[in-house]
Amino acid sequence: MLRPRSASEPMGLAKRVIPCLDVTRGRVVKGVNFVGLRDAGDPVEIARRYDDQGADELTFLDITASSDERDLILHIIEAVAAEVFIPLTVGGGVRKVDDVRRLLNAGADKVSINTAAVQNPQLVADASGRYGAQCIVVAIDAKRVDPPADAKSVGAVPRWEVYTHGGRKSTGLDAVAWARRMQTLGAGEILLTSMDRDGTKSGFDLALTRAVADAVDVPVIASGGVGNLEHLAAGILEGRADAVLAASIFHYGEYSVRQAKELMASRGIEVRL
Amino acid sequence: MSSIAVIDYGMGNLRSVSKALEHVAPDAEVQVTSDPEMVRRAERVVFPGQGAMPDCMREMEARGLRPALLEAARTKPFLGICIGLQMLFERSEEGDTPGLGIFPGRVKRFPPQLMKDAQGNKLKVPHMGWNEVMQAEPHALWRGIADASRFYFVHSFYVEAGNPELVAGYSIYAFPFTCAVAQDNIFAVQFHPEKSQAAGLALLANFVTWKP
Repeated sequence: MLRPRSASEPMGLAKRVIPCLDVTRGRVVKGVNFVGLRDAGDPVEIARRYDDQGADELTFLDITASSDERDLILHIIEAVAAEVFIPLTVGGGVRKVDDVRRLLNAGADKVSINTAAVQNPQLVADASGRYGAQCIVVAIDAKRVDPPADAKSVGAVPRWEVYTHGGRKSTGLDAVAWARRMQTLGAGEILLTSMDRDGTKSGFDLALTRAVADAVDVPVIASGGVGNLEHLAAGILEGRADAVLAASIFHYGEYSVRQAKELMASRGIEVRL
Repeated sequence: MSSIAVIDYGMGNLRSVSKALEHVAPDAEVQVTSDPEMVRRAERVVFPGQGAMPDCMREMEARGLRPALLEAARTKPFLGICIGLQMLFERSEEGDTPGLGIFPGRVKRFPPQLMKDAQGNKLKVPHMGWNEVMQAEPHALWRGIADASRFYFVHSFYVEAGNPELVAGYSIYAFPFTCAVAQDNIFAVQFHPEKSQAAGLALLANFVTWKP
């Protein structure tokens, strides 16, 4: 029988903090603002900073509009993977299994599929079957649909609908059912973004996060709406997420990843410090 | 000059592994290879693996790597990573697949009915993220790495070693499971040292200078 040797009990798996970087044409956009950063758009330098702060993973979202410039993300991932030794997830514009292959070969550990999963769910099954569920993340953008007014009695439960194309197109799909289906098809993780909260700094949609986290057996990353560090803790404690993702609070130097983890630890959350 | 073969059998991204080795051993010749002859000639061998074990075994066999792998596992510093650990054992529940059988024991799936923490909260599978690694015994590859340091994991299956003497490290996820095994010139880990920042690079640095 295996027993812990030390007097202090082992704590187990840490909840993850994941900074998200938007990139286009080989550059990080949305002005990352670190003190002393020589080049505010250099993905390698920014990745190194977050690594130093104790980021558990990094997510790169390729927002390049034109497909002929998409290959630039491959060079970014190659350069970052040569210097930063933490897991890297890449999303944005992944349409076919070959896109997944090229990103993995460039050094991505996980590839995130969003719109294409809705257009062609078989892509998730094919990519997962070929490369393993551990590297397939399905990103779900969800918007709350309030129950009709006459149903707003006790017991009326909220629901959320899946949106694609950066939140512009509704699909009619129920977000919780969709998350379950994606798990069944081979998603190893769900990246869940509230379109209602994204950019508002008013915190995660905790009811959405919890509904999805409780519905699936794979890890869920909460995203969309983080405005302060308490929001991150709430995503774990109330939303039951396994990881929290944020962009602007880290980019503009309001908080470091380390500060985020210290706050989370003070709330009793297991983190890697 | 030291040469390190990273065995490539078409299962996933080996760039991270080779870059991490180059990072800790800038003077070494790191070769990602599927050529059994290169594996024979290398001074050290790293055996990674990703995805599903049935696919990994099939692709490894298709490249005729078994004899070179078995020879390396007998004769030179050998580091297994993730499925590269699991394949060293006799059999996996994943697709009921026979492994290389270098070590006694089986590879099992985290059983859904047991996946709860002490508070009764659901534990997700894959086991994904940074977990503490308890060092079961002193070993050259743990040198300079604090006990209970966190390493990055991503897996749904774990090894159950038939011989407790093999266990070099364990982690806890619903229950304690073996995450590192060691015997003679072999060290193999379930976690990804190449993705485990300082602790992972320290382990790889220990490997490239290891004289078992």
